[in-house]
Amino acid sequence: MISTVEIKDGILLALDSIRSNKLRAGLTILGVLIGVASVIGMASIISGLDKMVMNEIESMGSNVLYVTKFPPDVDYDKLTEEERNRKPIDFEAVQAIIDFCPSITAVAPRNYYAPPGGNVVKYKGNQANRPGMFGTLPDYVKVENRNVGRGRFFNEFDMERRAMVCVIGSDVAKALFPHEDPVEKQIRVNSRQFRVIGVMEEKEPFLGESDNNFVILPYATYEKLIPWEKELFLQASAASPQTMDQAKDEITSVLRRIRGVPYHKPDNFAIWTQDNIKDAVNNITQYIYIAMIVISSVGLMVGGVGVMNIMLVSVTERTREIGIRKAIGAKKLNILIQFLTEATTLACSGGVLGIFAGILLAFLSKLIFSMPFTVSILWMVLGFSVSVLVGLVAGIYPAYKAARVDPIISLRYE
Amino acid sequence: MSLIEVENLWKTYDMGHEQVNALRGVDMKIEKGEYVAIMGPSGSGKSTLMNLIGCLDTPSKGTYRLNNQAVADLNDDELARIRNKEIGFVFQTFNLLPRATALHNVELPLIYNGTSRELRRESAERAMQIVGLGDRMTHRPNELSGGQRQRVAVARALVNNPSILLADEPTGNLDTSTGMEIMGLLADLHRSGNTLIVVTHEYDIAKFADRIIFLRDGQIEKEEYKQAG
Ligand SMILES: Nc1ncnc2c1ncn2[C@@H]1O[C@H](COP(=O)(O)OP(=O)(O)OP(=O)(O)O)[C@@H](O)[C@H]1O
Ligand SMILES: [Mg+2]
Repeated sequence: MISTVEIKDGILLALDSIRSNKLRAGLTILGVLIGVASVIGMASIISGLDKMVMNEIESMGSNVLYVTKFPPDVDYDKLTEEERNRKPIDFEAVQAIIDFCPSITAVAPRNYYAPPGGNVVKYKGNQANRPGMFGTLPDYVKVENRNVGRGRFFNEFDMERRAMVCVIGSDVAKALFPHEDPVEKQIRVNSRQFRVIGVMEEKEPFLGESDNNFVILPYATYEKLIPWEKELFLQASAASPQTMDQAKDEITSVLRRIRGVPYHKPDNFAIWTQDNIKDAVNNITQYIYIAMIVISSVGLMVGGVGVMNIMLVSVTERTREIGIRKAIGAKKLNILIQFLTEATTLACSGGVLGIFAGILLAFLSKLIFSMPFTVSILWMVLGFSVSVLVGLVAGIYPAYKAARVDPIISLRYE
Repeated sequence: MSLIEVENLWKTYDMGHEQVNALRGVDMKIEKGEYVAIMGPSGSGKSTLMNLIGCLDTPSKGTYRLNNQAVADLNDDELARIRNKEIGFVFQTFNLLPRATALHNVELPLIYNGTSRELRRESAERAMQIVGLGDRMTHRPNELSGGQRQRVAVARALVNNPSILLADEPTGNLDTSTGMEIMGLLADLHRSGNTLIVVTHEYDIAKFADRIIFLRDGQIEKEEYKQAG
């Protein structure tokens, strides 16, 4: 028969002994604190990362295939002879896909130009902060799922004329036109005149990096001005998720043909999708999970040993008290519960502090990586339950020892 | 049938290389409502006998019947229940919980038998009144004098209305006049119907009892009855 008073008593006694042995108790619960904090903190980092990546992927447009020289996880230190000599993906590939891949509905290359020192983009006295510059096709907005905020994107007509027009990102617009409407203004890009015809809508930053600082040229114009810059990043979208495989097969056979791959040799290019990105992210989260499990189990183990130790000391110090309690009618079970409660309280105070520390960790990761702030109740409950468990497991042996104290002996000796 | 019936009680401590016979065949009977003092030189087995009567310990040989119940037949939990319900201990060293208030110390036996909160509070406060400490409920033991601590211990012993009050040298750590006050308090409790057994060194204290049992070397040497009147 255990009454709630006993539990309350145990908790009060535990808090009391924490107060009177701050350092010892503090060190003891530090392990539990770290264990629980790492569970909460890492879990929220993982879920924040997941959420952020999913948002990013969604915003990247759907059913997109990427064609590059190497797969995204290539190790540049371990390239084979063939890989080192690979021909870049160039506009020939873009044209071939447009002409020969019926499952592809839109293609958008991105051919970047970056002179030493960066691109110089100016309007009157203002200068943009070394924006990226690339040439692409009118389908770019469709493939990347980005909208023009103001003005318009370039079209086939601009392409044919190799018009000296450009579309700028919102960062460039802010830098050059703090008080004016950018549309129809003439800006200088690397000392050539371009007419701004549109401004892209602003995009949320990803992992703290903003993607709004760029100047886009029509591909034909780009090619005319910078004919030597061949290598490009090729993106193509399929009509639907169902036609992705078909589209991939078509691109593979077209590229093998134009890149002259013999039939018994593997592809000398890579085609990948957002699934590959998801896999890559899952890979990272797996490492975080492993780190979390390692840190928290070490912390909890150290915490558990600490709780056990402090409780064993407490049992020795308080044999007389145990004797008194037994003399006035405490059963073994009463004593057992008392010390278990105490151990659990000790571990739980570490757990509760750990939850706060974990929330702080999640908050810091939001500040530093601008991740969405997610602290799930579930993980907090889990963290708390784990600390209860640690307390029970670590407390059981000391409590058993306490319950077995012989009242005669303990009352006899001062 | 007496309240306490002890027959040929032996207690042997096994010290490994030798056996210590703390009690060597004690026979005695104590009636309900009696006031008995136990005297004897140090090491004669007084505390050992008290611990056996108080069910803190079990005899090596012989029988002890409390309320016609053979204690040897009881398990640990049943012994704990008897200590809680039937026995009230008062020790030489007070043995209060240092970090609990006086009232909480007195409440403790009631906590272990699951008395409801209101009843517990009420009984504990009444016990504190009886020992004359109605105004010291929230004090901790180190905020009380020795005499007051022993009063708290007496309140704790009587809070459950036990059949027997056992006091092992209750005045041993007190000065003479404070000791006399405590003895007066115990005598009052005896007068109001409690069975009282007191261990003491001092004849001056023992002489208040109805009967004095003299122990020597673990055996009853003699008994002395108070003259009628
Ligand atoms: N737990 C024990 N282990 C070994 N011997 C013990 C134990 N308890 C008591 N004894 C021995 O039993 C004998 C009786 O001890 P007890 O404490 O009953 O004496 P006492 O009459 O109460 O003495 P005092 O007046 O000094 O309190 C002593 O010789 C003591 O050494
Ligand atoms: Mg003694």
